[in-house]
Amino acid sequence: MHLIVVGLSHKTAPVEIREQLAVPESRLGEALTRLCSYPGIKEGILLSTCNRVEVYSVVDDVDTGCGRIQEFLADTHLSLSSEQLTPHLYWHTGDRAIAHLFRVAASLDSMIIGESQILGQLKDAFEVALAHKTTGVIMNKVVKKAISVAKRVRTETKISEMAVSVSYAAVELAKKIFSNLHEKTVLLIGAGEMAKLAARHLLAHGVGHVRITTRTPQHAVDLAAKFGGTAVPFDQFKDDMASADIVLVSTGASHYLVGAEDVHRAVTERMNRPMFLIDISVPRNIDPAVRHVDNAFLFDIDDLKQRVEQNRAERMREAEKAERMVLEEVTTLLDWMKSLEVTPTIVALRNRVDDIKRAEVEKVLGRLGHLSHQDRELVEGLAASIVNKLIHRTMVTLKTEVNSSNGPAFVEAARRFFHLDRPSPFSRESRDDAEQPRGLDEPPEEFQSEEPAQKPSMRKQAR
Amino acid sequence: MAAVCFMITLVLYILAAVSFFSYSLRRSEALSKVSLGVTVGGFASHTIALVMRMVGPSSSAPPSFSDALSFLSWMIILVFLVVEFRHRIHVLGSFMVPLALVSLVSAAALPETVPTLQPVLKTLWFHVTLSMLGTVGFTVAFVAGVMYLIQDRLLKSKQFNVLYSKLPALDFLDHLNQQSIVLGFPLLTLGIVTGAISADFSRGSYVSWNPEQTWALVTWVFYFVVLLGRLTVGWRAKRAAYLTVIGFAGVILTLVGVALKGSSSLS
Repeated sequence: MHLIVVGLSHKTAPVEIREQLAVPESRLGEALTRLCSYPGIKEGILLSTCNRVEVYSVVDDVDTGCGRIQEFLADTHLSLSSEQLTPHLYWHTGDRAIAHLFRVAASLDSMIIGESQILGQLKDAFEVALAHKTTGVIMNKVVKKAISVAKRVRTETKISEMAVSVSYAAVELAKKIFSNLHEKTVLLIGAGEMAKLAARHLLAHGVGHVRITTRTPQHAVDLAAKFGGTAVPFDQFKDDMASADIVLVSTGASHYLVGAEDVHRAVTERMNRPMFLIDISVPRNIDPAVRHVDNAFLFDIDDLKQRVEQNRAERMREAEKAERMVLEEVTTLLDWMKSLEVTPTIVALRNRVDDIKRAEVEKVLGRLGHLSHQDRELVEGLAASIVNKLIHRTMVTLKTEVNSSNGPAFVEAARRFFHLDRPSPFSRESRDDAEQPRGLDEPPEEFQSEEPAQKPSMRKQAR
Repeated sequence: MAAVCFMITLVLYILAAVSFFSYSLRRSEALSKVSLGVTVGGFASHTIALVMRMVGPSSSAPPSFSDALSFLSWMIILVFLVVEFRHRIHVLGSFMVPLALVSLVSAAALPETVPTLQPVLKTLWFHVTLSMLGTVGFTVAFVAGVMYLIQDRLLKSKQFNVLYSKLPALDFLDHLNQQSIVLGFPLLTLGIVTGAISADFSRGSYVSWNPEQTWALVTWVFYFVVLLGRLTVGWRAKRAAYLTVIGFAGVILTLVGVALKGSSSLS
């Protein structure tokens, strides 16, 4: 029983390969069913986004499993041959596979570190897998853990706090000049893509009014309709500047459209209320001399990029913290996975019942001091045979189900029925301080408290 | 007991000032909670000390200059806590707590050397309280002005450093500046009027042109012009910030004037 991941991402494959391999959401279920129909593949989940296509799977044997998944991936798109695909694939097993999933979920492996989309995509992929019943005990636990790790990373580090795109950096800067963007007016001069994106971000952050001017009057009218704003004739925009708190310029003009004089006049007319000017055009459209005008704050594309770079660096620092968290969480999950191995479970079960048997026999024999040596052996034998008969079926079932897809579920059940993850109250060491050993008919209190936490996973499995 | 509370307050304000200072230099946000907690602790013991002064054995004594400075310090912290809890701008503490500390240290250093104000009438209490409330307004305006100028400089020079990320938006600082003056100015006006009335009662003349009164009037005229300029010809933003920082010098000189005033002259 091994956990493996096979896939490719923006780090290993060009977009031409990724787009061919990507599985549309509508066909995800069918693909998953096909994946799990391969022999040796017990559980599977398929994560397909524009930056990565990955198969997480629980397999009997690492090498054959890996081969099967490669086969599956090559079959997903008919025009892609195995030879074309293989050089771009990576695969991890065991703890490295878990760490990889955690890093992906926490957006440490993303193109833009700290972006939040990936977590939603992972949740969706998990939902589809649950709906098609292609996951079991191990996968459910691992993916749920990955989601909780991602949430922990997001709340405990500042990894997704700072703007890492130029258009978003503009919003961040605007918020250092205006505490509240509501009631503010943005004037869009020209309509480059990045300016439109920035305008959209500003609107999303509450900017009240948009005024738009372009050289082609009709274009401005169209855009104004799109943004719910007002079109301004191009030859009048300088007179209109005083009414704008934020001026966003991106035209194809090869000269300065806005001079220091224009801005000075606008600021004076605004009674010195601050003005935020963003020049995203190359070559620049706002005279850099505007920097010397009081209460006017001009930022060009390089300034925004510098801000983005700083934020990226900051995110990298936060990512280091996140990496440490991932390592921690991998260790806890590995401990759990180890507990699902059959042999240690059988040994633990044997020890547990032997402890119980010994404790009970000693208690009884203590009161029956008059028994002969032979009688004592008889009593001991009686206890041993009852215990052995009681656990016989459990042992056999565990051994036979080892390789079935339900194996881990049986192991987990046995561990919980016999409380194998807790120290035995009957073992010799703990008996010395325990006054009254508890029997199995009086379950320790923790037993109840454990139940609700586990229930959801059982329910989802049943679906 | 009051003296013990006073000492505890002093120690806590020193700790808070140091903590807030390192908060403003470090990337981590963790120190803000510690700093704030220490400040609240200091404020609580300060409140106890002031209440004891009001109701304790010395309550019949007229307000000394030291009491006035202690009250000023208490008010600065109060205003800080109110703004902090409403707007969550921790870095404000890095500026206001040190100022409150300076005021409290002066209060601790001065009591014996400066004569208490002569108890002319109850108007003296009004005069001291109102003048100090006006002073608090101008102190907050000064802090907002300094923060504005720093943030303005950082934005203009594109230095996106730790302080940049912690300072609030420019228009918030400008608004804080305006509100403080709008509230502080009428209070100072009343403080000067009640001061003049007390002087008239004790001396028979409203003004004697000693340094304190001279600076108080100069300050009053200055802020009057600043306020008028803002409301009429748009002296806001950077200019307002500069003017309030300059005006605060007048406030300080007035306070120094009070401290240096000989025992012979009356308020």
